[in-house]
Amino acid sequence: MSDQPVIRTRGLTRYFGAKPAVYELELQVPPGCVFAFLGRNGSGKTTTIRMLLGLLQPTRGEGSLLGHDIRAIPPAERARIGYLTEEHQLYRWMTVRECGEFQSRFYPRWNEKIFRGVIGHFALKPGARVKELSRGERAGLCLALTLAPDPELLILDDPTLGLDPVARRSLVESMIYLTRRADRTIFFSSHQLADVERVADYIAVLDRSVLRASCSLETFRNSVQEIRLRFSAAPPALPEIPGLLQAFRSENDLRLICAHYNGSVEQKLRALSPASIEIAPISLEDALISYLGERGEKSFILSEAEAQP
Amino acid sequence: MTFRIAISTGSPAPIYRQITDQVRMAVATGKLKIGDQLPSVRALAEDLVLNPNTVARAYTDLTREGLIESRAGRGVFIARKRKVFTREEGRRRLEPLLDALIGEAMVMDFTREELREAFQKKLSQWKDGGTE
Repeated sequence: MSDQPVIRTRGLTRYFGAKPAVYELELQVPPGCVFAFLGRNGSGKTTTIRMLLGLLQPTRGEGSLLGHDIRAIPPAERARIGYLTEEHQLYRWMTVRECGEFQSRFYPRWNEKIFRGVIGHFALKPGARVKELSRGERAGLCLALTLAPDPELLILDDPTLGLDPVARRSLVESMIYLTRRADRTIFFSSHQLADVERVADYIAVLDRSVLRASCSLETFRNSVQEIRLRFSAAPPALPEIPGLLQAFRSENDLRLICAHYNGSVEQKLRALSPASIEIAPISLEDALISYLGERGEKSFILSEAEAQP
Repeated sequence: MTFRIAISTGSPAPIYRQITDQVRMAVATGKLKIGDQLPSVRALAEDLVLNPNTVARAYTDLTREGLIESRAGRGVFIARKRKVFTREEGRRRLEPLLDALIGEAMVMDFTREELREAFQKKLSQWKDGGTE
């Protein structure tokens, strides 16, 4: 197995009219990892995924999947890539079993054991018709159809959207099951940070068409912290703090959410002569909300090295 | 006593830290003893619905501290009981526990004297342990 990135983009850009939906995207997804693609609605995640799969032409820039230019992925290589969208395209009159048989004809590496395994995991009856299935069951069927060809790269666009907690958990379990093979890569977009926390090795964060973070989940969490300053009187005005995302002021204390807190920031804060300075970790959700918030300075965490103080 | 790790998402503590903390605490309080076996990385990951790399990360930290060891082909075991927190870290963790205890007791109208007595009594029932 090579350590060439499974997904790589350089300057990948797509305009809709005068407005960029994805702007100068530089992304590298290492092989064998679970990579979460995060960002608010309309930040460009789906546009990116559609470009990666060749469903949408980039305005400029380039990208590759499994080493192949995204503009010309040979059909045989396409079979190594699994893709699951939010809108599940199925023939409503087919049974679950028939869906599997139909799909299997397109894939030489079709693995019936995987298909049956996922169907079973979602408690689907092989004889049930698609039109009778619930949303969660349909998602399970789509997942089975996507996983049975045993793809090396699995791309999931918001796979848990609209799923109930039980179906969502089954989907996450299936993703974890997939990591049994060390050479399988999963790239998924999601708003479910609890799932991201459970499964992701790496995250990328898109914010209004621009990549704001691309690093390990751990690096991101270590980079966004809460600093609590306690004062004996009302807190003084804040000087310019690099990486300040949000500030909350109360009677005697100041809570700052900072990206890249380091020695020089600490010096600036010490100069305010607080009674105490305390650094506290914050949840992934709080970190991401602060990071994408409207108020603070825009910071970037684009490599493991940059994140080191 | 059976030992089971429980993790919660959405917590300020990263999941690998929740795992290491719980194992450390279980060893410190005697819930886990030398030679007790921990689940394999893969088994714990599937049980807790986690990326195996997260569990592996926690086990690596615990191994580095000498708290657990993996024996080839047999599994992961508690290696040795040792001081799990530095004195300073211990104090930092003790503080909020004491505050919570005293705060709740005050709400329930216990006097300082009653509280001191109850604390002493409990302390005398507790066997020495926790450190080497």
